[in-house]
Amino acid sequence: MNLPLALVPRAQPSRALTWLSPVAAAVLTLAAGALLFALMGQDPIQGLRIFLVEPLATQRGWSELALKATPLILCALGLTLCFRANVWNIGAEGQLIAGAIVGGSVALLATSATSRAIVPAILLAAALGGAAWAAITAWLRDRFNANEILVSLMLVYVAQLLLSWLVHGALRDPQGFGFPQSKLFEGAARMPLVLAGTRLHIGFPLALAVTVGAWWLLARSLIGFQLKVAGLAPLAARYAGFSSRRVLWFVLLASGALAGVAGGLEAAGPVGQLTPTISPGYGFAAIIVAFVGRLHPLGVVAGALLMALFYIGGELAQSRLGLPSALTGVYQGLLLFFLLMCDTFIAYRLQWRRTAKTMAT
Amino acid sequence: MTPRLALTGITKHYGDVAANEDVTLAVMPGEILALLGENGAGKSTLMKVVYGVARPDAGTVAIDGAEVEIANPARARSLGIAMVFQHFALFDTLTVAENIALGAPEHPLSKVDERVRELSQRYGLELHPERRVHDLSVGERQRVEILRALMSSPRILILDEPTSVLTPQAVDRLFETLRQLAADGVSVVFISHKLDEIRRLATRCAVMRAGRLVATVDPREQSEAALARLMLGADPPSIAAHDSPPGAVALEIAGLTVHGSERRHWLHELAFSVRCGEILGIAGVSGNGQTALMASLAGEWSGRSDSVRLFGEPVGHLGPAARRARGLRYIPEQRLGHGAVPELSLLDNVVLTGDALHRRGVLHRDEALRVAESVIRAFDVRTEGVGARAASLSGGNLQRFIVGRETLAEPRVLVVDQPTWGVDVGAAVAIRNALIGLRSRGCAIVVVSEEIDELYQLCDRLMVIAKGRLSPAVGAHDIGVDELGRWMAGLWPAREEARA
Amino acid sequence: MESFVALVATTMNAGTPLLLAALGIVISERSGVVNLGIEGMMLVAAVLGFTVVHWTGSYGLGFVAGALAGAALAVLFGAMTLGLLTNQFATGLALALFGAGLSAFIGQPLQGMTLPARGHDGIPVLQDIPVLGPALFGHHWLVYAALALAGAVAWFLFRTRGGLVLRAVGESPESAHALGYPVRRIRFAALAFGGACAGLAGAYLSTVYTPLWSEGMVAGRGWIALALVTFATWRPARVLLGAYLFGGVTMLQFHLQGLGVEVATQLLAMTPYLATIVVLALISRNPRWIRLNMPASLGKPFNPNA
Repeated sequence: MNLPLALVPRAQPSRALTWLSPVAAAVLTLAAGALLFALMGQDPIQGLRIFLVEPLATQRGWSELALKATPLILCALGLTLCFRANVWNIGAEGQLIAGAIVGGSVALLATSATSRAIVPAILLAAALGGAAWAAITAWLRDRFNANEILVSLMLVYVAQLLLSWLVHGALRDPQGFGFPQSKLFEGAARMPLVLAGTRLHIGFPLALAVTVGAWWLLARSLIGFQLKVAGLAPLAARYAGFSSRRVLWFVLLASGALAGVAGGLEAAGPVGQLTPTISPGYGFAAIIVAFVGRLHPLGVVAGALLMALFYIGGELAQSRLGLPSALTGVYQGLLLFFLLMCDTFIAYRLQWRRTAKTMAT
Repeated sequence: MTPRLALTGITKHYGDVAANEDVTLAVMPGEILALLGENGAGKSTLMKVVYGVARPDAGTVAIDGAEVEIANPARARSLGIAMVFQHFALFDTLTVAENIALGAPEHPLSKVDERVRELSQRYGLELHPERRVHDLSVGERQRVEILRALMSSPRILILDEPTSVLTPQAVDRLFETLRQLAADGVSVVFISHKLDEIRRLATRCAVMRAGRLVATVDPREQSEAALARLMLGADPPSIAAHDSPPGAVALEIAGLTVHGSERRHWLHELAFSVRCGEILGIAGVSGNGQTALMASLAGEWSGRSDSVRLFGEPVGHLGPAARRARGLRYIPEQRLGHGAVPELSLLDNVVLTGDALHRRGVLHRDEALRVAESVIRAFDVRTEGVGARAASLSGGNLQRFIVGRETLAEPRVLVVDQPTWGVDVGAAVAIRNALIGLRSRGCAIVVVSEEIDELYQLCDRLMVIAKGRLSPAVGAHDIGVDELGRWMAGLWPAREEARA
Repeated sequence: MESFVALVATTMNAGTPLLLAALGIVISERSGVVNLGIEGMMLVAAVLGFTVVHWTGSYGLGFVAGALAGAALAVLFGAMTLGLLTNQFATGLALALFGAGLSAFIGQPLQGMTLPARGHDGIPVLQDIPVLGPALFGHHWLVYAALALAGAVAWFLFRTRGGLVLRAVGESPESAHALGYPVRRIRFAALAFGGACAGLAGAYLSTVYTPLWSEGMVAGRGWIALALVTFATWRPARVLLGAYLFGGVTMLQFHLQGLGVEVATQLLAMTPYLATIVVLALISRNPRWIRLNMPASLGKPFNPNA
């Protein structure tokens, strides 16, 4: 298979392409999306308008975008730490669910007499729940050298089953007509809103604050430096005397806690109760957000907003055009594919194979 | 007579670097041609072009007078060219027979054994076909490589630095094999930078320097000094002489035993000491325990606390940072990925061993900047600046940076592994002078090197490591190269008295 | 006795998709490439296989469609990782996520649909042997084809030159390239085979095992198959054992319920995942042993132009 073009390594990775690549990938995804619309018998321009423009047309639209982006930002920041350290935590979805369960359980303790002080307690509990779930993966990798990709992923299925069992049984609303869902949380246990007339709650400013914290951690702290070195050159980390075990536990507990908080925010925020489908795959979408955001906190925010747009666009496409809501999943997958393909050109460039004298015979 | 292999005007650039510049060379049937040059002179690149692993930017290759295009190794093999690599192209978990069968696709699996037996008898290369390659010694692995290359009855056999991993005795056996092959009409191209071996083996020697072919001589008629001058372009640089007596014991190793996961990581009851103001050299063929020794000295592998003592204090159980705090610093063999992180800037890379550059979990970047700038200045590191990625520096410059980083921290004990491997001449001189300078300031230095010349230049005392054991230490002036070579094969006299 | 027969029969049935997917993974990983997208490939093959059987009535065509879908996705994976040199782990994840999304998308209109009746399963005559008959010989032909495939893969790997070359490529692609072997082409072929097997497994799940389509119905079997191949140290015989073992564990929850064990369905449903974690932990304890048995170049990129 000798094509006339060859991929040749660049002397230095292209900085321009490092940031252009996600943009190019987004554009390609939208183009593919337009094609998909056309193939389904819809007007592609109309489809793109509903996907891209409509969600951003009103203030309420932006608030919904920020609302959807919140769990994505939180999860993806945690995953950024993990992936930078070369710890492949694929189970953020499970950690999110665990956080939702624990946070939601605390929320269910509220009565009409409970004060607003329960809100930080819910978030703390959610963080602990997510961190505990991630700790299982960390312990198995630390003690048994078990591959964290498979373990964290298996735990996602376990977490989903655990949630299902609880809302069918122990946590089920006795007045719920037998539906698998918990009681609706008391008003005091719901997340306070920050923008009147919308569903936007404190989660978004919290996510932005965590973003700044994550940036500082990676750029200025010792543990941030240690995790970067551990991910780029494990031998150098050993040479420096950095503890790979400490890095492993730190990144997994941190990302577990962040995913847990995201879960708690979802349960006590827009959803308001515990249901089996508390998350439409935020933990997995966050993986894509982390890559699109170049494993950089600021990029993660941009990536999360883009991904949130896909979610909302998908919902709108379903209600307006009758298209399957699973369209969102297709878009997300396409975005990651295009990103990986465009990323190739950061480290490599195309070169024509020489003709005449040195051409292959 | 038509040359078997004729290279005309071969030019190959990697980015800005001219690996080969207008090289014209011919090899006759039945001749043993040595390709001599320093590291980075372009010898390997030239042979990669012949073997189809690299494509020349200009120039032609002709076999038996006919011009050919060699697009890939398969084509090279079909033209009768076989190559034995410096880092063997073997499959560790497969058996000897399977490895050889892979190199002989024309032979059906059932006929392979027969041909192997035939060839090993003829050329004196004995092997057990069922053994797995990862169990073999380095010399045996090379035999598998050669046998595999011979299966296709090549007319041109290229060997890239074949003796760098062999004991002197194994080298003799190899040379006998090569002489027999030449007598059978095979053209042998032998790449090396070892002057004495070239003079023993080759009938003609092509000398390369900075990508160009500078001379073609009969090595048997040239002195080593003359060949060195051709290779380096000038007289080899001299190192500052030294004479001060060593001081107190700085580093003491006692009963150091390591059982690593691979046999080449085993150490048996090692014991030696190094004093302030002296350089102890450890010679040895790679794969005899150097990695384990270095890791144990640096603290990357920890063990019994009293196996390593620093100024009398047991530190064997401590990690690298704790040992650095007590004045022991380490320069590893591998620059990219071990001594420095390739993707990070030089500024970030000083923080790697710069324990004073962070306090209570926060990095102090302005101090790191000062340190990085002073290293670059003091050691004349050619780079765009402190923000340049480590991977963007040439080998010599990166080694200057790493040596500078560790040296400027004024260690009391310095452990160095292959200080000038793959480094240009200028950098090598600067680095060796830096080590001498450290020594005169009272630092105790341990140097592990495969370059015997370097060891003789730098060291006050010498030891040899072989199969995880250490020879006695002798003064560098008290042992000749031949005897050192014997010691490298493990043949040193047993000692009853305690080591100094 | 009846429950023994049922246990054996359901184990073979449940183990078959794991066995098929895992055998494909053995070949593709032996060439040195890790394709984490198996789950996504199985999902797409399942939905396409179901669709084809639904519209054409032919189960044979359904299997062909599934195998082709799996192979096509594997070739896409190959084009990205071997051609564009993208990171194997990230690309595999992308494939898993994309496959999940695509299959949900295609399958949305198919929820609740049924398939035409199938012919009679099982091997005539042998089926009528008391006890052993219904336990071992009453299955769909793909169950036996999977067993035969296990034998074929083992023979190929260890007794043919092709298998030797494949193992060499996985051990050291640089050395294989230096010896003149077309590393990329070999890896592509290995990936395509792995994709076809995953596709067969997916189609089997949606057309024979539980003849319906529902989103996410592969339920992690692709991931379990990946783990399985590691446990089995890339050897087909051990893969066979492991696949049936895990098939048995998956079936255990139903048999326990049948025996009147009072545990919630969801908790019993956790068993295969928990079992995978436990075995993974036990197997991984000795990293040196894994490294000795693993294709050494697994997951690392190889660029012949460098």
